[in-house]
Amino acid sequence: MSIPAIESIYLPTLAWISKVETMTATEKFYTVELPRGQSLGHKPGQFVQISLNGIGEAPISISSSPSRSNGKFEMCVRKVGDVTTALHNLGEGAQIGVRGPYGRGFPVEQFEGRDILVAAGGLSLAPVRSVINQIFDHRKKYDRFIILYGAKNPGELLFKEEREEWKKRSDVEFLETVDKGTPEWTGNVGVITTLFPKITVNPRNTVAITEGPPIMYRFVLMELLGKGIPEDQIWVSLERRMKCGVGKCGHCQLDHFYCCQHGPSFNYAEIKGVMEAL
Amino acid sequence: MSLKIINKSDLMPFVANMMGEYEVIGPVANDIGFKFATLTDASQVRLNYNTTVIPPRKTLLPTQETLFSFQKDMLAPTFDMKWRVLLGVHTCDLHAMCMLDEAFARGQPDTHYMKRRATTTIVSMECLDTCDENSFCKSMNTLTATSGFDLHLIQLGDFYAVDVGTTAGEALLANHAKSHEATRAEIALLDKTMSQKWSKFPVRLHLDGKDLPALMGVSYKSPLWEEVGKRCFGCGSCNIVCPTCYCFDVRDEVSMDGKSGERYRIWDSCQLDEFARIGSGENFRKTHAHRLRHRFMRKGKYIAEAFPGHQGCVGCGRCARACLVDITPVGVWNSLRQDHA
Ligand SMILES: Cc1cc2nc3c(=O)[nH]c(=O)nc-3n(C[C@H](O)[C@H](O)[C@H](O)COP(=O)(O)OP(=O)(O)OC[C@H]3O[C@@H](n4cnc5c(N)ncnc54)[C@H](O)[C@@H]3O)c2cc1C
Ligand code: SF4
Ligand code: SF4
Ligand code: FES
Repeated sequence: MSIPAIESIYLPTLAWISKVETMTATEKFYTVELPRGQSLGHKPGQFVQISLNGIGEAPISISSSPSRSNGKFEMCVRKVGDVTTALHNLGEGAQIGVRGPYGRGFPVEQFEGRDILVAAGGLSLAPVRSVINQIFDHRKKYDRFIILYGAKNPGELLFKEEREEWKKRSDVEFLETVDKGTPEWTGNVGVITTLFPKITVNPRNTVAITEGPPIMYRFVLMELLGKGIPEDQIWVSLERRMKCGVGKCGHCQLDHFYCCQHGPSFNYAEIKGVMEAL
Repeated sequence: MSLKIINKSDLMPFVANMMGEYEVIGPVANDIGFKFATLTDASQVRLNYNTTVIPPRKTLLPTQETLFSFQKDMLAPTFDMKWRVLLGVHTCDLHAMCMLDEAFARGQPDTHYMKRRATTTIVSMECLDTCDENSFCKSMNTLTATSGFDLHLIQLGDFYAVDVGTTAGEALLANHAKSHEATRAEIALLDKTMSQKWSKFPVRLHLDGKDLPALMGVSYKSPLWEEVGKRCFGCGSCNIVCPTCYCFDVRDEVSMDGKSGERYRIWDSCQLDEFARIGSGENFRKTHAHRLRHRFMRKGKYIAEAFPGHQGCVGCGRCARACLVDITPVGVWNSLRQDHA
């Protein structure tokens, strides 16, 4: 926790947008610079509260990995409502407020020595990218590395350049798919679960990290469990409505868990019996 | 600590003296019963009130509270720093406030709540009779309290026994009240009054409050939720009147010229449709049944498990009084209990 809360825990730290890139019709990618070159000090899978005075706050996942954060962090924002639309209207140099980092990230140190299987759907590649790059930057500490990625259509695929690089790398097996192709699309067509038959894993040594829209979980989990990956080696990240980010306001409650505190990253064994979870 | 005595005739002067130094908030009469309000005259206080519609938690967690204000790029935190005495708190509400203390101090302490709490002195009161047919404090083990207060009053005929809970309470008493150390005879009267008290409180819940988490643990899939869900309007009154509810929404307000404004929090209700809806439109508690179940789970199980030694329901009965369609904790829990008898 390196951003000090100046008296009020709800007071954001002022930061600047140093770069904006348009990714898709609804998603923009931001580099945010913190004052005095301080680092966010986050773990992969954590989030921040982005604040715009007079409009409000939105919980947004940190897309950059801790290994690459030098006074800056990255985030990908989908335009859905008040705060996210106002963010989309901001350009480089604009000031925003940041609180955090909050929540429990993925305990990547515990995954060392394991095969890593990442399955991400849609916008969720943005948060999962914090894990992916963390692993790439410490690649030797992990064994096999598989990334499965699915989006609705080619226009919604994020991080084009990085994906091109992953395709070329020999130390990662990267497979992508779209639910619905276009005439130009030559890749795999079908939902993300259609990629599973194309990979073989050693389930006993595999840690799976999956993140995507709520509907995706049920199917991806069935695939992962079907491959025999133990429940406590499967990690998910759950999105809930959040207001405070610090375990007070009650909005993110998921049965007895507070998603902003105990999550958003959860071990499947922890939450499989939690009725409201999946 | 020690037991003191204030004569009944010395109570009003005590209240008046405190008012000279503190904002004194206590039960006063209004059109529909009683409410906690800032006293403007010591004679307004009604220590014999039965219950209030809105619990005294609003002193610690106001309906609406500014978190910070902003002017262009300048942010300034807003804290309320008045010194207060909260007078005449019943023990059910005291137990609820102890739970709130835990909830707001846990993890990253909520600086706004903590400041308010630190500047509030609590003078609680022993109930010697049940407030009405809706309360079930006896089952929830909240009809008395031996800690959590600064001072605790027990009316014994024409004097009050005063239990001193903290050094702040001791100082308040020493500086503002005429009191004396309890005599043997006065302690004997306290003994007699207290031993007669318990039988005046009926047992309404068919299980002990301590067993609620276990009952709720096996009641997730009960058909009862659909039944009560059909009756519920989703009005949220039950949350607003509950001393253990503390969920809030955070909103911004801007001045007419758009140059300044504030971020504030405001009481929220888990019974409202949008409470758990997320950006993609997905709602994790879509129906009244889901939302009611969540509320009762929180009251009977989640809070008790998250904050050991505390309870999510203190049996005050306010939600039962407030609900237009008679959805009550006693009704719900007794019915679940019967299903698992
Ligand atoms: C842990 C976490 C990580 C997230 N990461 C990202 C990310 O990396 N990129 C991204 O684009 N989005 C992310 N989101 C979703 C993002 O927070 C919401 O889209 C955003 O809060 C909507 O705010 P708004 O003001 O633009 O919309 P509003 O105008 O407030 O409302 C639009 C819709 O969003 C819902 N909503 C409102 N407030 C919230 C809230 N606090 N949380 C969730 N839904 C809400 C409303 O129910 C409504 O349906 C994340 C959410 C969580 C909980
Ligand atoms: S007060 Fe009654 S009707 Fe209103 S939300 Fe609560 S249970 Fe439903
Ligand atoms: S749930 Fe009802 S009875 Fe229990 S503390 Fe809240 S208002 Fe009182
Ligand atoms: S976001 Fe407020 S409790 Fe989790």
